[in-house]
Amino acid sequence: MTVPIIDVHNLTKSYGAVQALRGVSFSVDEGEVFGLLGPNGAGKTSTVEILEGLRPPDGGLVSVCGLDPQTSGNAFKQEIGAVLQSTALPDKIRVNEALTMFASFYTRHRETDGLLKRFGLEEKRNAFYSQLSGGQKQRLALAMSLVNEPRVLFLDEPTAGLDPQVRREIYDIIEELKHEKKTILLTTHYIEEAERLCDRVAIVDQGRVIAYGTPRDLKQRAAGTSRIELRLARPEPEEALRGLEGVADCRATDGLYLMHSTRVPQTIVSLVKYLEAQGNELAGLEIAAPSLEDVFLELTGRRLRD
Amino acid sequence: MRHSWTLTKVRMRLALRNRAFLFFSLVFPLVFLFLFLGLFTRGNVSAVPYMLASVLALTIMGSFWGLSMQLVTFREQGILRRFRIAPVGAGAMLASSIASNYLLTLPTVFIEFTLARHLFHMREWGNLWGVFILVTLGIITFASLGLIVASVTNTAQETQVINQLLWSAFLFLSGATLPLPMLPGWIQSFALFMPATYLVVGLERVLIAHVGAYAIRAELLSLAVCAAIAFAVSQQLFRWEPESKVPRSAKLWAASAIIPFVLLGIWETSYGHVRSTATTDFMSTVQQAAPRTRGRLRMMPESDAPPSTAPPDADSSDAPK
Repeated sequence: MTVPIIDVHNLTKSYGAVQALRGVSFSVDEGEVFGLLGPNGAGKTSTVEILEGLRPPDGGLVSVCGLDPQTSGNAFKQEIGAVLQSTALPDKIRVNEALTMFASFYTRHRETDGLLKRFGLEEKRNAFYSQLSGGQKQRLALAMSLVNEPRVLFLDEPTAGLDPQVRREIYDIIEELKHEKKTILLTTHYIEEAERLCDRVAIVDQGRVIAYGTPRDLKQRAAGTSRIELRLARPEPEEALRGLEGVADCRATDGLYLMHSTRVPQTIVSLVKYLEAQGNELAGLEIAAPSLEDVFLELTGRRLRD
Repeated sequence: MRHSWTLTKVRMRLALRNRAFLFFSLVFPLVFLFLFLGLFTRGNVSAVPYMLASVLALTIMGSFWGLSMQLVTFREQGILRRFRIAPVGAGAMLASSIASNYLLTLPTVFIEFTLARHLFHMREWGNLWGVFILVTLGIITFASLGLIVASVTNTAQETQVINQLLWSAFLFLSGATLPLPMLPGWIQSFALFMPATYLVVGLERVLIAHVGAYAIRAELLSLAVCAAIAFAVSQQLFRWEPESKVPRSAKLWAASAIIPFVLLGIWETSYGHVRSTATTDFMSTVQQAAPRTRGRLRMMPESDAPPSTAPPDADSSDAPK
């Protein structure tokens, strides 16, 4: 039996009266990309910052590379790399300077020219940090997080706020790291990010892990149901749509009706009949296989981005 | 130690790329130099060392300003937390603040000295060893006070306010701009409790009376103790995270940095020589300058002093009785 490289047991953390973590537990194996998926405020960043040693937990046990992040000091910092959610570098530091400086802090470090090349920053090596685009800053952050060849890499919302093109670039980089069998703990609120990149996922909501497993296993929860998203010319009561054939549940948000059906053809036929009878029309219809979003919806009654 | 040196080099480069830094650390002190030595000495070579002491003191005291602002801005922008993830301790970060500040201030001091000697014809260099030790300890002490300011403030705005208050006190109550003997008695008494006063008076002594480091050992010791306490306290109070606020006890800790000057001030009030030596140095400057400035300058301690070198618009009614 392998010993997990990250082990979290019954982690709790409060900020004043707000309980951010209420007994979070999970473990990550070496070489695995593990995702913490949840909406904003779910407790993902608190968890990852405790694992990085940036915050002390109120309770619970944490072990990263067999070390306690709170008490192991520099020995622990030598083993980890991190892309923090809210951080920056001085405006007037050059890309190459930043990388070289951080490399010098570690006993084991990579050659910085190789990192610049790998992250497409060669041409920007003499540029000031303030001159970089959002995507370039994030690539630099990733390069800096790898400068010490860390055993564990923490990526806290690595694509938050980036445009889709840049997000895809970052996905490609993370996938490369995944192929290199780098252990990564990733937090995200993007479903596609978790599904595409993670070997296993813990879905976090209101400071608790509410589901835990591979994306495929988690989606099995919603197995046998398909998601139907529809827009109507005129609004209809949710209860009426919930009564259609094969419909497991139905919710309306901003004019969008989200239904889960166990028998899609029958649901569509009865929907069309119902709308005809009401003198209403379909404005849009989309049928999709279940995703982690559906799992979250099933478990919490809310959408991830609510 | 190695990390401190790496950080020092990077921070020096960052400072040299910052126009505001260049203005306040090089242009601004030189403006003071030309103002004090060019305007106030009016060609009286004997007054140059006295005015140079003031200019050097202002340059050294300015250390705390930029340093505290930079540290607080780094914290506010989340830059410090990126360093926190790496194996870099608070001590290395703080030591690099002081070291970079020292290495960046030294050239300005050197330029001021050279200009005073060659452009304003200062007759002698003074006790250079004494000057060097005092300048070194002075920069370290005032930079450490900057670290304290950064420890007890949460935002750049707060830092600006505290810096403004401290700078005004250093500027006007220490003898750096208005000679100590010209200030009202109660201000002179208050000045005995300020680090700035000992820096100014110490510089006057090494430049005018050419005394060595031993003669100003009390001043040097207080600066050194103040720097050591300020560094230890700021290390204790160091905060990496923008959202971590100042603990209630922090201000008391911070206040402990001035303990050496409180003790020195109490001792000076009863037995000390600072006020008398400041007056002696001032009077000797005034007397040497008198023949050339007769009838032109009015500011001086009233007693038996002849007309002196001083800002022409100063009011003699402030003179101590």
